[in-house]
Amino acid sequence: MNISTLINALPGACAQGLVWGIMAIGVYITYRILDIADLTVDGTMATGGAVCIMMLMSGHGIGISMLAATGAGMLAGLVTGLLHTWMGIPAILAGILTQLSLYSVNLKIMGKSNQAVNVNNYDLLVSLRYIKGVPLWQNTIFIVIVLTIVLIAILYWFFGTEYGASLRATGCNPSMSRAQGINTNFNKVIGLMLSNGLVALSSALLAQYQGFADVNMGRGAIVIGLASVIIGEAIFGKIFRNFALQLLAVSFGAIIYYIVLQVVIWMGIDTDLLKLLSASVVAVFLAVPYWKEKYFSKPVKKGGSQNA
Amino acid sequence: MLSIQNISKTFNPGTINEKTALNDVSLHLEDGDFVTVIGGNGAGKSTLLNAVAGTWMVDEGQILIDGVNVTKLPEHKRAAYLGRVFQDPMTGTAATMEIQENLALAERRGKRRSLRPGITKQERAEYKELLSMLGLGLESRLTAKVGLLSGGQRQALTLLMATLQRPKLLLLDEHTAALDPKTAAKVLEITDLIVNRDHLTTLMITHNMKDAIQHGNRLIMMNEGKIILDIKGEEKKKLTVKNLLDQFEKVSGEQFANDSALLG
Repeated sequence: MNISTLINALPGACAQGLVWGIMAIGVYITYRILDIADLTVDGTMATGGAVCIMMLMSGHGIGISMLAATGAGMLAGLVTGLLHTWMGIPAILAGILTQLSLYSVNLKIMGKSNQAVNVNNYDLLVSLRYIKGVPLWQNTIFIVIVLTIVLIAILYWFFGTEYGASLRATGCNPSMSRAQGINTNFNKVIGLMLSNGLVALSSALLAQYQGFADVNMGRGAIVIGLASVIIGEAIFGKIFRNFALQLLAVSFGAIIYYIVLQVVIWMGIDTDLLKLLSASVVAVFLAVPYWKEKYFSKPVKKGGSQNA
Repeated sequence: MLSIQNISKTFNPGTINEKTALNDVSLHLEDGDFVTVIGGNGAGKSTLLNAVAGTWMVDEGQILIDGVNVTKLPEHKRAAYLGRVFQDPMTGTAATMEIQENLALAERRGKRRSLRPGITKQERAEYKELLSMLGLGLESRLTAKVGLLSGGQRQALTLLMATLQRPKLLLLDEHTAALDPKTAAKVLEITDLIVNRDHLTTLMITHNMKDAIQHGNRLIMMNEGKIILDIKGEEKKKLTVKNLLDQFEKVSGEQFANDSALLG
């Protein structure tokens, strides 16, 4: 256990955390704002990368490739949304169905189970080669930070608009939303599209970062996303009240997740056990609010307060 | 204003749980009518209101609001004409959103929701004034999350939201049933205030016979999915709980079996 190996690995962990942070913000939109656990993301987290890499290989620029990846993710969200609202399939199952079908779609996009691009031959926006020894404006960590801030700013603006507020209401209280004239089904579809668009964008970044897209790169993505949301809330929930800061906390959560992961790997854990470990941690954190409610809740006096 | 023509609704048809909740019901409300609806459990009161609100579609019949046939309109589209307050104080508001955000959502009922700011400065000032009318101290808590409010405060807020855009019809579904008597009286007082101020056509379900008699200009009683009594005008003003019960027994041939309605 050489401490310098760990320190050397930290910038990479940070960059990966930042990239996954964008994915986790997508998960936050469905899980926290729309109150839907959307399992589509396990598929979308590969689709974005696959589309981006194939677009690059066929000679398109990096901007248009990433845009296409985002669009593909939104399409996946649209499918889940329609399965859920138009075909009446429970949200979790709708997500699983899309996720499964995306496995085939991703294979067809790439033509095989993985496709690599060499950073020397393509003009990539981010790469694990651009962590050290490059000017700041080329540094992957810097670029992803800027991208994250821009995305958070756009989302902050969007959820403050008339339409964005109706999306928040849809997740919070569907009955009330319909009574106020909000088309909750339409909003759920839009929310799922938005979320999966972000996930696919994150996937496109991840594929560039690691230099390849793989049909399995999204496996367990939902767990990483949820872990980031939960870690972010657990650590920053008390101080970050503002919506933009809450999104920032999710991104921080992802960074912390990857740093902890790096530390655990450095400590020499059998890496085969990593997913078991992540799932267990998320399970416990999800259980905490339930246990709090069930075993530690204070009895509430009946009859409400005096003030009406 | 509201015209319900021969509507019927059967839940779970063809199963052991089949229940005819509405059986060929017709009802016409004039502009400005304030109708109270009473009846025992399962009489069809809430079903009638939900049929108008569009929670589900009716099996037969037609519903017209101000001449517009809304029978096939989905719930969120009908909302343009309706203000609604529910029995459960949790149902009418978004708990994780601010008081002012809830009001701003209601202000945009029946309008296109664009990418303009969800709430304007002018609206904030307006809401402050409206909230102070309630006398519940909410005007100083515009940015508080609604989840922090008591049941009574939430019902009062829901009432305000339901009437922020003047609805063609106000639907109150036992909106004081979940509150303690003192709070219920306060919410009813606010209801009267708003309904009279805006001359709202109102349909109010209540479990409480006294409330049903004291409020509104017309009273209907439901039993087994039908309207069995319809009392209005001078006759309604002279109504007492006792002669309402007598009339119920005469029409239905049975005792009114609902303690809470009698004790309330």
